[in-house]
Amino acid sequence: MTDPLMIEVANLTKRYAGQVAVADLSFSVQRGEIVGLLGPNGAGKSTTMRILSCFLPATSGTARVAGLDVFKDADEVRRRIGYMPENNPLYPEMRVREYLKFRARLKGLNRSRTRDRVDTVLAQCGLTDVSRKIIGNLSKGYKQRVGLADALVHDPDLIILDEPTIGLDPDQIRSVRQLIKDLAGKHTVLISSHILPEVEMTCSRVLIMRSGKILAADTPENLQKSLTRGSQIVAEIAAPEEDLKICWEQMAEVEHFDVSPMDGDYFRCALTPVNGADLRGDVFSLVKDRGWKLRELSRSRYSLEDIYVRVTRPSEEEVH
Amino acid sequence: MLAFVTLMRRELAGFFVSLSGYVIIASVALLVGLSYWNLAEALRGEAVPVPLTELFFNTTYFWIILLLSTPVITMRLFALEKYSGTFETLMTAPVSDLTVVMAKFAAALVFFLLMSLPLLGYIALLQHYSSGSAMLDWGGVGGAFAGIFLIGCLFMAIGAFASSLTRNQIIAAVISLLLGVALVFMGFLGKAVTPREGLASDVLRYVSMFDHMEDFSRGILDTRAVAFYLSSTLFFLFFTHRIVESRRWK
Repeated sequence: MTDPLMIEVANLTKRYAGQVAVADLSFSVQRGEIVGLLGPNGAGKSTTMRILSCFLPATSGTARVAGLDVFKDADEVRRRIGYMPENNPLYPEMRVREYLKFRARLKGLNRSRTRDRVDTVLAQCGLTDVSRKIIGNLSKGYKQRVGLADALVHDPDLIILDEPTIGLDPDQIRSVRQLIKDLAGKHTVLISSHILPEVEMTCSRVLIMRSGKILAADTPENLQKSLTRGSQIVAEIAAPEEDLKICWEQMAEVEHFDVSPMDGDYFRCALTPVNGADLRGDVFSLVKDRGWKLRELSRSRYSLEDIYVRVTRPSEEEVH
Repeated sequence: MLAFVTLMRRELAGFFVSLSGYVIIASVALLVGLSYWNLAEALRGEAVPVPLTELFFNTTYFWIILLLSTPVITMRLFALEKYSGTFETLMTAPVSDLTVVMAKFAAALVFFLLMSLPLLGYIALLQHYSSGSAMLDWGGVGGAFAGIFLIGCLFMAIGAFASSLTRNQIIAAVISLLLGVALVFMGFLGKAVTPREGLASDVLRYVSMFDHMEDFSRGILDTRAVAFYLSSTLFFLFFTHRIVESRRWK
């Protein structure tokens, strides 16, 4: 019961007729983590989630949730998981409270616990005001919250959300995201998305997937750090072009530089430091010593977006 | 058990929350009304040597109503859930495939029986306005309703099976209509061509739903017929279950 690992996936493979959706996937998620599965469409995110939620079996390999095998102990696993599939399917003819009550009963909650939990999740997801409305008449943002409330209603250990903010407007996205953030600590959450800021903002760890494989797995910060090796220092300096070039050539930490003229006397210098060293201090002292004018000095970092694009771009040999 | 009851209630409520349930009931009531009018016409003429219940239940009307209404009742059972994606939320809740199949079947059957209730009203009407009290044979009425129940079981199972095959409700309805027509037609075949005595004629007689209904509406519950309906119901439910389960090994 005190298994620290909430999800344990080992060598998981799923083949559909002639196609490999998930290929030899292994990862694990600690209790209480919020983990994002990130990848382009067709990367195998949904398939992985469907296997974890016992909807589909794996072709080979194992997946365990809270130490229970998803195939052998499917019933117990389903009791511990709150799963919201892609596109958040709901019964449009039902009322919000009625639907949540139905789902709670279906998940085996008794009458009084059902009442308690439905009230709790209605409040938690901001649905109390619309609890008597028909689901089909709600806005997409509210529908999404109903789906989320359904995933939460039986107070599961693990919550799996497949593209929870897809098709929402920015305001709705923000509120759904906040809801997910509030789940941290109490629940373990696995979110899939192909939108970066989403996982960047909500998740403590990111797994980047492509073609059924995990390409990178780390915290958003570490992923950035490991790629700052290629970071650049950008400085806009007003000085003679020749002097600038000579200076950069003499600076040992500069591996490569590029000087291009801008408006007035200013030149834009893009410096690639050796080993990602931070040269901003050095550049500033240089400018001060020479009495040049400096109007911008910055260190560009790769955003998760760049990492994502880099990692998920098919490599040369795969293209040919 | 809790899951079964919860699911069945939702399924049944689904018929009445949307218009479809009322439309089906209204159409059936209209057709039954026509059938009743036809019966009254027949009764005005000369004395007929068959029981009233048989006149009412073993008519072309009855079979048309049955064949047309049952696909409409059952087409949504699985097809709609698959189409809208709720099949995934349903199957990831801690309920077994068998529970889902049985709950959907039971809900459709209950709806079918509710839909057939007006038939009792017509019988009461006949009883009320007929001069002789001996006009109705209650055994025949009981038998006819037992027959409706059994036939309902079979057709709901066929419909559930058809609905589990596809995510398109129209296709589900057409498949169950075809299966139903084929089944009824086999009974018709036994009547239209009199095959030589032997296996073929035995089989045709065994599956002839006209013959079954004739017996039922006379108050005869033949165990062979009962066995036929129950076993074929189980047969179709078994395959429905296999198909629902098939996502696990496909």
